[in-house]
Amino acid sequence: MSRWVAFWNILLKDMRAYYLKPPNISWGLIFPLAWTGMFFIKAGGVGDLLALLPGVVAIAILFGTTSMLAVTVTFEKRNRSFERLLLAPMPLGLLMLAKTAGAILFGSANALVPLAMAAFFTDLSRVVWVAVIPALVLIAVSSTFLGLFIAVSVSEVFEAQTFSNFIRFPMIFLCGLFFPVENLPAWLRPLSYALPLTYGVDILHRGFGTVGMLPAAMDFGMLLLFCAALFLVCLHNIKRRWIV
Amino acid sequence: MKSAVPIIEVCNLVKRFDEVTAVESLTFDILEGELFGFLGPNGAGKTTTINMLTGLARPDSGTIRIAGIDCSSIPKAAQHLLGVVPDESNLYPELSGFDNLCFCGALYGLRKGERQARAWKLLERFGLSEAADRKFAGYSRGMKRKLTIAAGIIHGPRILFLDEPTTGIDVASARQIRQLIADLNIGGTTVFLTTHYIEEAERLCRRIAFIVSGRLVRIDTLDNLMRPTAGRHVVQFDVGEGAEALCEAIAGVFDHVQCRAVAKGALLVEACEPVRIGPMVRFIEERGAEVSEARKLRPSLEEVFVGITGIAAAAMQEEREKRGKEGGE
Repeated sequence: MSRWVAFWNILLKDMRAYYLKPPNISWGLIFPLAWTGMFFIKAGGVGDLLALLPGVVAIAILFGTTSMLAVTVTFEKRNRSFERLLLAPMPLGLLMLAKTAGAILFGSANALVPLAMAAFFTDLSRVVWVAVIPALVLIAVSSTFLGLFIAVSVSEVFEAQTFSNFIRFPMIFLCGLFFPVENLPAWLRPLSYALPLTYGVDILHRGFGTVGMLPAAMDFGMLLLFCAALFLVCLHNIKRRWIV
Repeated sequence: MKSAVPIIEVCNLVKRFDEVTAVESLTFDILEGELFGFLGPNGAGKTTTINMLTGLARPDSGTIRIAGIDCSSIPKAAQHLLGVVPDESNLYPELSGFDNLCFCGALYGLRKGERQARAWKLLERFGLSEAADRKFAGYSRGMKRKLTIAAGIIHGPRILFLDEPTTGIDVASARQIRQLIADLNIGGTTVFLTTHYIEEAERLCRRIAFIVSGRLVRIDTLDNLMRPTAGRHVVQFDVGEGAEALCEAIAGVFDHVQCRAVAKGALLVEACEPVRIGPMVRFIEERGAEVSEARKLRPSLEEVFVGITGIAAAAMQEEREKRGKEGGE
């Protein structure tokens, strides 16, 4: 029970200290809004909105999670307040889940912004929510763990930001957000399949009524696999780099 | 208060960072309720030792048992028993003093009502009640140290690790912190104290270990460490320039004394019987030097430290002054 008191308070502290701060709320709102607006304009209206939503939603989650987590963990590591968490009598895995829970919630909340906007312009009754909602959560989890992986790999905040961009921007083009993976050059496709977002976006495409590339079970399986693998790699790296 | 049961048992502890051996074959026990001093210059391995004992670092070899729990392979196994005050105040700058304490209490599983009650009590005890709602970032250095210590004890640890608790803070705050450390120990908390301030260790600790270059060079009770200085009488004469030449002259004339020049134009005269100051002052002034001050010195742990480690206390002083300047929080 005492471990869950710690878990809950780490989550609350991060929400208060980082995620619910006005600059981050505005980032969480404005960034997805800007992307959605951009694609509305590009599409010449709201006609093909459902086809655009998977990409916009995925980007909102990807940027919401990785931006915050990579920076906040690096910042706390740098000013040594992260040592307080490492000294807490709770398993490292639970500690890191607590530390990432805020980013997962923040990323998932970011996804709701384009969805809420879209609800004003199009009929969302055809959306398969039982597939979309778990996919949103799994994209948020995998992106958060990607952010954690970045945070554990660097020691400075600026390195975290640079490293994040090196990973995130290629993902936009490689994961089938706006261009189908089948349309990519053959030599780039293996790279697409090595990215968790590819599978999340595939579920979203299917959920929003367009055609999926892989069977849904495989998409969910791969996403879960990426989440587990990224988390285990992060734990291993934390033990290796931070508990030296 | 002190029991004969070791609460910390360290055996052949080794820690290397690449080619550098930070800690080498460290072996010692700390008894429950003890106030144990761990002294050494910068880079001696003090913080690395604390990190290994508290689960922030893994030993390369050796064993650590805390309250009977083997922490060598599972570094986090005994963390519920420990309170740690690091050498830098590392609370959350964006949280208030009160919220910082409550958060630290929550990390150890304290329920809301309990951690809030303890936080208020500690803020009062440390004289920080009025600053409870201010952000930690706006605290003075002394206030930060006090709140960091409060955060280290909010969960009532059995063992408290204090890494340089009074470095870089004002005299009044340092005195208050020393009193708090003593009170905690009287209350039954085992305290592991590292410090550059030898006089601080001398005042607080009952047993002291000296560590140099990762090796334990001596561990003993304060009484035993001080025993060689018992019956020795030391007088310092401030004579300005020419202290070294005067020393040679004194040693040539006064058979029963030992004399050595120390920094800033002073010389120390040591003897096994009381030093007669009048004849000594006359002797010095007959040689053209002026004695601006003569004072009897109490034999100190600093001398013992210098004698055992070969490290000049002045170098330690320089280091801590440097740390005080660098540690601008």
